[in-house]
Amino acid sequence: MGLSTSILLTIALAPLVGCVLAGFLGKFLGRAGSHGVTILGVAVSCALSFYVLYQLTMGGAAEYNQNIYTWFQIGPFNASVGFMVDRLTALMLVVVSFVSLLVHVYTIGYMADDDGYTRFFSYISLFTFSMFMLVMSNNFMQLFFGWEAVGLVSYLLIGFWYKRPTAIFANLKAFLVNRVGDFGFLLGIAAVLYFLGTLDYATAFAAAPGLAGKALQITANTQWDAATVICICLFVGAMGKSAQVPLHVWLPDSMEGPTPISALIHAATMVTAGIFMVARMSPLFEMSSTALSFVLVIGATTALFTGLIGIVQNDIKRVIAYSTLSQLGYMTVALGVSMYSGAVFHLMTHAFFKALLFLGAGSVIIAMHHEQDMRYMGGLRKYMPVTWITMWVGSLALVAVPFTSGFYSKDAIIEAVGLSHRWGAHYAYFCVMAGALVTGLYTFRQMYLTFHGKERFKVVEPHGHGHHDGHDDHGHHEPGVLAHAPKESPWVVTLPLVLLATPSLLVGFFTVGPTLFGNWFRGAIRVDEANDVLAELGHEFHGAAAMALHGFTQLPFLLVLVAFAVTTYIYLFNPALADRIKSALRPLWTVLDRKYWVDDVYFALFARGSVLLGRGFWKASETALIDGAMVNGSVNLVHRVAATMRRLQSGYLYHYAFAMILGLILLLGGYWLVGSGLAGH
Amino acid sequence: MPTLNDILILLPEFYLVGAACVLLLADAFMRPAQRPWLHWISIAVLLVAIYLVIAGQPPQAVTAFGGMFVRDDVAEILKVFALGTTAMVFVYARPYLIDRKLVSGEFYTLMIFAVLGIMLLVSAGNLVTVYLGLELLSLSSYALVALNRDAKLPPEAAIKYFVLGALASGMLLYGMSMVYGASGMGGTPTLDLAQLHNVMSYTTAPTLLLFGLVFMVVGVGFKLGAAPFHMWIPDVYQGAPTPVTTFIASGSKLAAFGMAYRLLDAGMGDLSQHWQLMLAVLAVVSLAIGNLVAIVQTNLKRMLAYSTISHMGYLLLGLSAAGPEGYAAAMFYAICYALMGVAAFGVMLALTRAGFECEEIADLKGLNQKSPWMAFLMLLAMFSLAGVPPLFGFWAKVLVLEAAIHANMLWLAIVGIVFAIIGLYYYLYVVKVMYFDEPVAGSELRVQPDKPLRMVLSLNALSLLVLGLYWGPLLGWCRRAFGL
Repeated sequence: MGLSTSILLTIALAPLVGCVLAGFLGKFLGRAGSHGVTILGVAVSCALSFYVLYQLTMGGAAEYNQNIYTWFQIGPFNASVGFMVDRLTALMLVVVSFVSLLVHVYTIGYMADDDGYTRFFSYISLFTFSMFMLVMSNNFMQLFFGWEAVGLVSYLLIGFWYKRPTAIFANLKAFLVNRVGDFGFLLGIAAVLYFLGTLDYATAFAAAPGLAGKALQITANTQWDAATVICICLFVGAMGKSAQVPLHVWLPDSMEGPTPISALIHAATMVTAGIFMVARMSPLFEMSSTALSFVLVIGATTALFTGLIGIVQNDIKRVIAYSTLSQLGYMTVALGVSMYSGAVFHLMTHAFFKALLFLGAGSVIIAMHHEQDMRYMGGLRKYMPVTWITMWVGSLALVAVPFTSGFYSKDAIIEAVGLSHRWGAHYAYFCVMAGALVTGLYTFRQMYLTFHGKERFKVVEPHGHGHHDGHDDHGHHEPGVLAHAPKESPWVVTLPLVLLATPSLLVGFFTVGPTLFGNWFRGAIRVDEANDVLAELGHEFHGAAAMALHGFTQLPFLLVLVAFAVTTYIYLFNPALADRIKSALRPLWTVLDRKYWVDDVYFALFARGSVLLGRGFWKASETALIDGAMVNGSVNLVHRVAATMRRLQSGYLYHYAFAMILGLILLLGGYWLVGSGLAGH
Repeated sequence: MPTLNDILILLPEFYLVGAACVLLLADAFMRPAQRPWLHWISIAVLLVAIYLVIAGQPPQAVTAFGGMFVRDDVAEILKVFALGTTAMVFVYARPYLIDRKLVSGEFYTLMIFAVLGIMLLVSAGNLVTVYLGLELLSLSSYALVALNRDAKLPPEAAIKYFVLGALASGMLLYGMSMVYGASGMGGTPTLDLAQLHNVMSYTTAPTLLLFGLVFMVVGVGFKLGAAPFHMWIPDVYQGAPTPVTTFIASGSKLAAFGMAYRLLDAGMGDLSQHWQLMLAVLAVVSLAIGNLVAIVQTNLKRMLAYSTISHMGYLLLGLSAAGPEGYAAAMFYAICYALMGVAAFGVMLALTRAGFECEEIADLKGLNQKSPWMAFLMLLAMFSLAGVPPLFGFWAKVLVLEAAIHANMLWLAIVGIVFAIIGLYYYLYVVKVMYFDEPVAGSELRVQPDKPLRMVLSLNALSLLVLGLYWGPLLGWCRRAFGL
């Protein structure tokens, strides 16, 4: 039995209905009504997504691939809206809808005092719809639609508090950086159309082997391999969306958005769209090992170097943001060694534990009255035990302690890279291995600074009138001074934490076998036999428990232990040491604190440069040529003509009659001249 | 002898004649307090007529009275929309008429007679029927323009309309007589359009026939309001009571399309290569004059009058393609224009009250602050008139341009596009005034509280959006009517 079109349409459209209702009728629905409809919409999608996954896995349903609506047709090219739902899609659907549902619920608590409450719900439902369109697409056109739509919502949500200059800066930055990526992506799609003649996935993938030997003629002597051009261009799109070096600069700044968004969009789902896209395009990427090496090197660089920056951050959300960059790097590395299912597997486990960490951080932020600086936290564990425990669960998964879900996905990636013979694999192996140590350092540091050690904040009860500390005015008060003692967040916040902690801990153990080694993705992902490191790895796989036990003796876990020992000593027993190390390694610290000066270079070169260029054009062509000569010139001309013609409308009847007679004579006369030859036959 | 079958084919028309007479009688015997009933009865009369038209639709084209009257899909569609838009005009007119104490049987009866004229015109199978329908429509319209005879502008507008109309009608008649004469030279003289179709092949006086054709084109041009036979339009639009203007801008244009189609395709189809170019010239001149002069108008009714002229240019673009595709596009355009025109004037009617005529563009200043919904409806109408996607007007324009291109008149399509861009200016100007200008202090801008008006107007304007997104079925009907 197959999947029915109506179920898939419901999955995609239910959040859109919620979005429209909350967005346009939010005033009438009120707060409860708005979160009611949006949560209902996403809950329906979530339930149906699980159903679809169940049908595909256990129910023996066939994969679905159909066009539903033809948008337009130009010659042989057909732009349609359609769905391709196989196990890869179903997995993404479940991850997206599940995290989205929890984030919807969480938002009730997090945004409780915000004026933009209904707007926020409308946006996140719109995001969910867009993400569904992206992952369910069966063609490149719709993929691009979803791609841009999630980008749009991301833009809107980063700048959600649009009165804050930093938020506006951040969303503009995200927008511009993503334009660079999208430009590459669009070129990639164009190249697919050029070489393969279609934008339909199934047809394009079937034709992919024909790419071998085709080339793009650049100059008389230069040729670029077609598959490489396509894949690198597409991957540039993924670099923008999934924030890979050097297009990673927007993601840390995106933390200006509300925390639920950071969890949903900038950690669990949207940023992984690039990973998903490359996995989806595996038949194309398998055609070019050059492109895969490129992917590998970029991913490895991202994995290690962004993680290093995380060590020196003080903002609790930024630490997690850099951690996200680093983990996205791991996924990209997995793609680079042709281990697509490993990348998607890590995508899934990461979605759970990273969403958990973000939501936990959000819970801390609520308790701290929107203070995000970890230097003013400490000792929170006794105030908020649920948040504390669940965040530890997330952290253990992040650092890949055996038996947690993060272990299964990340360890498999590290092992696979070790086995790969692709160009750049040695460098990547070093990066992901060192990355394990770095991950441990920033994760444990964050946990200690937040939940353990001495309290570094004071509680000063305000006197007299009540204290209104809205979202917009945080930062006005003195850092480290709270009006009330921190307390555990309401159940709408902690429930999602618990619901995310469970899969963070367990999902890997139960799914590692089939997803990585059981050929679970079958038709969805295509890997060349020569590149199949997973198959090689599979020979050594003897069940999830054995893998975890083996993991205890391996280098990555030992590195985590080192990190644990070091941070424990520094932050629990000898806090002064941290400052001493900082001053001893000041040059290194500065490099990390300035984020390798990437932002500064971009700002000086691209931002300032384009402003200068723009001003030049504005002065030279816009003001003088276009505005002056063309626009105003033509306006003057039109006005003059119109004024003359208007005078003909004199109001005198005989003028009017005269005009008619004149018209008749002209028609007759003109006709006489032009048509006399015809008339005389 | 007319048979029962003939009468059945004309049932909607006979019914309307009867209903109009009953209304006239009822009006004479009604007490003033009962007059408002006339309004609802007239609307009911039109709705029943729509039902009769649809219910009695013959499976294929049929003729009655020996070919005098044709009932085919083209006529059916035009009749339904003419009756429908007139019913809308009635709904929109009610508060206006009450405020100006114009509620009377004359208005409703004359309107119904005018619609009857439209129905005859679009179903004409004979030159005489064309003329009969045209005169019924025109004479009713002249009287309607002068309805508010105590005001200053209406009588002047009515006289202008009447004199110029008489001139045009004279030319049309003159043309018809020449065609009739030509048909008699070398064959049996005839007035039947179907028989006139191949006069060119046998007549011994082709020049006479072509002269007749030119005169008939002038008559069609006048009815459409194509330049240079457009002079009456701005004065009549401005001078007539707004409900009458609305009617002239909607139902009357459907009739003009029907008349053009009957005369030129059914009657003179063999000469299409000759009239094609004439229509193209009229189209270009109309586009230029309509769009350029509309820019400098400050009176909304005059602006819309010039906008009509330009729209008739687009309609002519479709007609001049001289093929089923072009006719379908032109009919689609006529229907589209009727709906847009009714909506735009409807908003003006909704804002007009006793002692306050909303007719200057400046009157709309800050409408968005006073009534965002009304401003939105006007925005839909303006965007659709301008041809902004995805509204109805956009697709109508695309289709006529496409038809022109397929008829190898690329230059004409380019002219159409250039003027569409120029035209954008004055429609957007209205939107700008509504949304970005501050309301004038002490402005009396208020929306009529009349519920039916608001409801029908909302549906009317929203239909421009809905049909813009979902235009397939309507276009399908138009194309099927021309056998595509």
